[in-house]
Amino acid sequence: MVSDLGPYLAEHPILEGMRPEHIQLMVGCAENVRFHPEEYLFREGEKSDRFYFLRHGKVSLELYHPKGGGAMVVQTLGEGDVIGWSWLFPPHYRNLDGRATELVRAIALDGACLRGKCEADHELGYEIMKRFAHLMEKELQAMQLRLLDMYAPTH
Amino acid sequence: MHQLTEPAVDVAPSPDVMLPHRFRIDKYRKDTADTFTVDLVPVNPDQPFMYQPGQFNMIYIFGVGEAPISISGDPATAPKLVHTTRVVGTVTTAMRGLGVGHELGIRGPFGRPWPTDHARGHDVVLVAGGIGLAPLRPVLYHVLANRSDYGKLVLLYGTRTPADILYQRELQQWRSRLDMEVFVTVDRATPGWRGNVDVVTTLIPKAPFDPLNTVAMICGPEIMMRFAAIGLLKRGVPANHLYVSLERNMKCAVGFCGHCQLSREFVCRDGPVFPYDRVRDLMMTREL
Ligand SMILES: Cc1cc2nc3c(=O)[nH]c(=O)nc-3n(C[C@H](O)[C@H](O)[C@H](O)COP(=O)(O)OP(=O)(O)OC[C@H]3O[C@@H](n4cnc5c(N)ncnc54)[C@H](O)[C@@H]3O)c2cc1C
Repeated sequence: MVSDLGPYLAEHPILEGMRPEHIQLMVGCAENVRFHPEEYLFREGEKSDRFYFLRHGKVSLELYHPKGGGAMVVQTLGEGDVIGWSWLFPPHYRNLDGRATELVRAIALDGACLRGKCEADHELGYEIMKRFAHLMEKELQAMQLRLLDMYAPTH
Repeated sequence: MHQLTEPAVDVAPSPDVMLPHRFRIDKYRKDTADTFTVDLVPVNPDQPFMYQPGQFNMIYIFGVGEAPISISGDPATAPKLVHTTRVVGTVTTAMRGLGVGHELGIRGPFGRPWPTDHARGHDVVLVAGGIGLAPLRPVLYHVLANRSDYGKLVLLYGTRTPADILYQRELQQWRSRLDMEVFVTVDRATPGWRGNVDVVTTLIPKAPFDPLNTVAMICGPEIMMRFAAIGLLKRGVPANHLYVSLERNMKCAVGFCGHCQLSREFVCRDGPVFPYDRVRDLMMTREL
């Protein structure tokens, strides 16, 4: 039931402090979803506008690598995380696989729907972009730390 | 045993402190490709030896040299000593070449311990990176042995790859306990790994502890410790509840020679465990 998703979205750490009317606008683009273990949320190369607020379970972001024995796990995400940037940037293609490694419950957002609302209501758009920019900054920092290879023998 | 928490700085250390005691390797385990653990027992069974979590010994390999290595065993089982060592150079390579029955010299224990007293009554969060789990393991033993004195016990542990995870069997035992939470993550997954993939600092926002009532102890590469401290501060842990363990090259281990001096602080004598707010600026100072 779409109308029930408001409290779940409002509770999500990334949406903390968001105005209730903006949450309601988001709810209009939201859907409650679940994935069984080993099910893919999305596949590399797919055109997709969806992104997910994870409520439960783990998702593994993977790249297919023929020499690496199949899928290489790039990152794992869990409860409280947001998955998917492709809805933000045209042409909206996925560049990773997203695989549920356990039962996943999430709220899926229709990116095209949300983009439309952001265009119509720039205040909502700014709130959302601010939060996604913050998410990206955190991801980038984590990635920089991994690139530093802190535990490497030559330190 | 040498009690050296307050040694004199301006006089030469007593010869006793500089004299190694003979210990024998009782057990030898290879933990990972570049890390091994030895159990040591005193050659003289009457040799008293007590230590606190976070203290270290100077390990002397006869004819080669000395290196500071933290004690990673259970303080309750002293005088048995456990040391987990990563091979990086002359002394650690020579040490790896020893086996059960071989003898080595021990000076210690040295340095200030982890704040198990300050942590009493608080949630205890341990953030370990790589070999940094070794110096923190005695805290786990201590808290588990005195479980009702502490709140939640949370271990956040990150390594480079799954093959670098130390104490795997023990980690599984800890994980299966109902009175502690263990989260492990790796920077790079390898085929077959089903756990978390991300830097250890990403575990901090989601870990189950009450920030205002938490004492956190961080051990690992300095960059990791800096970012872990920032993550814990952002979560709301007070700055004076954070502790880090610093590593600097050492020689005498008693605050005399100045090898490990960091501005006013001697890592061997005033550390290696420091309150984060006391060394925060030093950790950021270049050329120290
Ligand atoms: C208080 C304290 C506690 C410590 N506890 C532990 C422990 O529990 N387990 C453990 O394995 N190590 C620990 N260390 C680090 C350990 O002391 C050094 O790795 C060791 O002294 C190296 O001696 P070596 O003769 O083998 O290497 P060296 O021959 O002195 O050095 C060889 C090369 O390794 C580099 N190197 C030296 N030290 C380190 C280091 N710490 N990390 C990476 N590269 C290094 C040098 O720059 C050099 O390039 C601790 C250090 C301190 C100060």
